[in-house]
Formats: sequence, structure tokens, C-alpha cells
Amino acid sequence: MNIIEVSKLSKKFGDLLAVDDVSFGVEEGEVFGFLGPNGAGKTTTINMLCTLLLPTGGKATVNGFDVVKQRAKVRESIGLVFQDSTLDEYLTAEQNLKFHAYAYKIAKTEREQRMNELLELVELSERRKSKVSTFSGGMKRRLELARGLLHSPKVLFLDEPTQGLDPQNRRHIWDHIHNLRRKNNLTIFLTTHYMDEAENCDRITIIDHGRIIAMDTPDKLKDSVGGDQVRLKAEDNIKAAEELRTKYGISAAIDNDEVTFNIAQGNSFYQN
Amino acid sequence: MSDIFRGVWVVAYRELLRFIQERSRLFSSFAMPLIFLVIFGAGFGETIGAMVPGVNYLQFMYPGIIAMTVVMGAIMSGISVVWDREFGFLKEILVSPLGRSGIMLGKSVGAATISVIQVTVMLILAPILNISLSILMILQLLLVVFIISVSISGLGLLVAARMKSQQGFQLVTQIIIMPLIFLAGVFFPVNNVPLWMEFISKINPLTYGVDAIRQIFLGSEAAAALSVSIFGHTMSVLEDVLVVVVFGGILMLIAIWSFSRQE
Ligand SMILES: Nc1ncnc2c1ncn2[C@@H]1O[C@H](COP(=O)(O)OP(=O)(O)OP(=O)(O)O)[C@@H](O)[C@H]1O
Ligand SMILES: [Mg+2]
Repeated sequence: MNIIEVSKLSKKFGDLLAVDDVSFGVEEGEVFGFLGPNGAGKTTTINMLCTLLLPTGGKATVNGFDVVKQRAKVRESIGLVFQDSTLDEYLTAEQNLKFHAYAYKIAKTEREQRMNELLELVELSERRKSKVSTFSGGMKRRLELARGLLHSPKVLFLDEPTQGLDPQNRRHIWDHIHNLRRKNNLTIFLTTHYMDEAENCDRITIIDHGRIIAMDTPDKLKDSVGGDQVRLKAEDNIKAAEELRTKYGISAAIDNDEVTFNIAQGNSFYQN
Repeated sequence: MSDIFRGVWVVAYRELLRFIQERSRLFSSFAMPLIFLVIFGAGFGETIGAMVPGVNYLQFMYPGIIAMTVVMGAIMSGISVVWDREFGFLKEILVSPLGRSGIMLGKSVGAATISVIQVTVMLILAPILNISLSILMILQLLLVVFIISVSISGLGLLVAARMKSQQGFQLVTQIIIMPLIFLAGVFFPVNNVPLWMEFISKINPLTYGVDAIRQIFLGSEAAAALSVSIFGHTMSVLEDVLVVVVFGGILMLIAIWSFSRQE
């Protein structure tokens, strides 16, 4: 059985269909990526899976538990790193972790051991007694990752885990993610804006306007994408390429006064 | 059930940590009552003289200020929820296995514990104002403070249950909660005021909280003339507390219900 099972999941905010009839399954131990531009519905999907939002349609289970009817069980099974920081900046790194350990009822000996291990892993051991408000963005992100892992969840949700990080920290986080997967058979569900980052996943789902456009392994996805090359002439090519990259996670090249890039379905892309 | 208790103590524990670590909050919670006491005491003290034989204005107002601190502290529990929502930490709490009712009650117990600490420190002023204290009195006082604070936090938490911004909360506080505090008999007895005011004061649950605390300080005899009387019946401390508990309990239930259904 899949550890995450989603069928025809929808979420409406008033008239806006933020997530539209989405179905997919994630296997245990898989690194599953959600790739899409701003407002695609990535965070909304995660919020439904982690019991913070009620779906307006469809059904989803995590670790075999229904996200609507068995919320407490789902909450015990998952760890989260949200898109925006959810640390208490007035407390120290250690106090943040301790709060989490109390909330998830982790026994004292296990707590101390895991805290040491994880702080080591994210390279924050020396700063454990510092207030989080004195941390850099990257350090906060790493602390959140450690906290999300503290209670040994079955599934880890990472909403843009590398957002705002420099390339070195970004690689670090990815190393951690791969390590974790290898050691603990942890399932990881993550979102990103970047195609190059999504390549680290076992499978990628491309989502836009709340709908799944494509779902496959990074290699196959790239192959199929290779078929459709889009060329366009913009007034400001550099700006256009930049926009493609930030908005759609597409790496575009500029040659002969044209911006060229590859996309799964060039036709549907034009309509945007 | 054990999950609810865990929620209460985990959340309350963090409130206390925050209180101890935020020096400015620690300071302002003592400074404000002191300023009130000095200014109002100096301003009215001479003019008013004795409220009843043996009780001067400062002695009358001091328990009122303590009660006001308790009420404001209880309302702070709500601010704390809105604060957590605005700064994201609420999500960390909401996706944890802690139940919603445990979270709300934890905020409430946290605020009540802070109130007990504040009141204990404010007791330093009692000898200066010539109010005699006994151990029994202090124990009774702190117990009543705790109960009243937990109850009244129901009001703050109800306002906060769905509130998204600090500004929204401040607005409600200014329009509804501050008037309720001023009409609760902190600065003047509620028996000798215009009828409309007396009516509002007597249906205002906060009045009974203030009255309970004042009676403990001044003793029921001296306080009798100043206490709340309903149709000629003078409220006792126990009756006062009961009114507050029932009122707060109902608001707390609605607050938990509303909080549990938020998205
Ligand atoms: N609470 C809400 N109320 C109303 N609309 C919302 C709410 N949350 C999200 N939306 C809308 O739902 C859509 C999907 O938002 P979502 O946050 O899921 O996007 P996303 O893919 O995570 O985007 P980003 O990459 O910017 O994080 C957006 O159009 C957004 O405006
Ligand atoms: Mg998002």
C-alpha cells in the first residue's frame, strides 16, 4: 500500500479552485516532488495532507490514516517544514526542540540523544543555546529540518525547503535529505520551484492552477519535455528568461535574439 | 484525556518561558499598575479621604489594580494566540498531536500562572499602604487569582480564536474589554454611581472578580459597604468567584469550539 494515497482531492477558496481533482500515490521511502509556479496549489495540497485544511472534495490518507477522520493519527505520523518559518524566535534552538519533544511525547533519554544527533546533522550543535532570532535564514531552515525529524516521522513534508538558501546550504540540505532517506526509509514529500532541484526526486509531479500536468521520473520527464521546444522573442530577453526561471522553474537559454526553453506541453503553456 | 493535560502543561510551560525571557513584558507588567497606583492615589487620595471608616482611597484602589492586572493578564492569553498565528508558531502547535482544547487551556493556565507571579510581587506594596497580610489571606488570594484568571481568559481566547491580526485584537480590546475593566469597580465602588452605570457594572462579570479580590484584602466587614450587592444581598467571595467561573467557563467552551473549527 502507498504511504500517501490521494484521490480526487480538491480545495475551493470561495470561487477559486486552488487544488482541482488531484490524484496520486507516494510509495514508502520515496522522495516525491511537487513542482509548480507560485499559486499552483502546492502549499494548499500539503496543508490538506497535514490536517491543517479541510478538503472540499476527494479523499487522502497518510500512513494509512484518513486526513479528515483520523487527524490525530496522521499528526503523529508526519513531520513538517513549512514554507514560512514556524520557530519561536524568542526561544533558543534547544528550547524549540524541547517544546517539540514534549508535544510529541518523546521519552527523556531518547529526546536528549536525538537532539544531539540532529543538531550535529544540521551543524547547529554550537548554537544550541542561542536564541533563534540571532540565526541566519539558512540556520533557521536547518533547525526546522532537525525539529521536523525529532519525533522520527514516517513522512516528512518539506514546503520549499531550500527557499532563500545559498547554493552551498542548498546542497547541504539535499545531502541531508538523501541521507535520511537511505538511513531511515523515510518518505519525503517536497515542493519546489526549480526543475534542477526537482531532479533530486525519485518522481516529480508538475502542478499548475491546481491541476496535475505531468507525473514521472525526472529522466523520463526530461525526455518527454525534450520534444517540445519553445522559442520566443521578448522585448527584454534576459528579463523574460529570468521570469521563466523564477515563475516556472524553467531554465531558458538565450541565443540569436531568442529565448528558448523546453516544456512538456508547449501548447498548453502558451495559453498562460 | 492525558493528551489534554500534556497539551495544557506544554503550552503553559512555553508561555512561562516567554514571560521570563521577555524582560520588557516582565517590566511593563509591574510598571503599569504602579503608575496607576501612584497617579490615581496622589490625584484622588486627598480629595476622597476615607471610603468607609478604616479604608482610605489607596487601600481601596490597590486591590482593584491587582484585579485589573489579573484581568489584563488573562486577556493576554488571547494576544498570545494571535501572536503565534501571525508569526507562524501556531502551525507548529496545530500539526502536533496536542489536542485543540489542551492548547487553549494551556494558554489560559499559562496566563494564570503568570498572574499569580505578578500578584505575588505586587504584594510588596501592601505594607507600604498599611494593608495587613496573613499567610492564609495570601494563599486564599493566590488561589482566587488563579481561578479568576483561568476563567476570564475565556474572554480573551474567544476573541482570539479566529482573529488573524494583532490590530484586530487591540481594536476589540479597546472597544469592549477596556470599558468592561473600567466599569468593574477598579477605581470606584459600583454602588454609588448613576443607575445606568450601576446596571452595566452589575451585569459585568469582571465586577465580581474585582470584588472577590478586594474582599480578600479588606476583609468582608470593611468591604461590606463597598462590595457588590444584588437586590440587597451582599456577594461573598465564594459567590463572586462562582459568577466569574460560570461566565468564563461558557466563553471558554465557545472559544475552544471556535478554535477547533478554524482553518
Ligand atoms: N487561505 C486562503 N484563502 C484564499 N485563497 C487562498 C488561501 N490559501 C491559498 N489560496 C489561493 O490558492 C492558490 C494556491 O495557493 P498555494 O499557496 O497552494 O500555492 P503554492 O503552489 O504553494 O504557491 P507558492 O509557490 O507561491 O508557495 C493561490 O491562488 C492562493 O491565492
Ligand atoms: Mg507554497
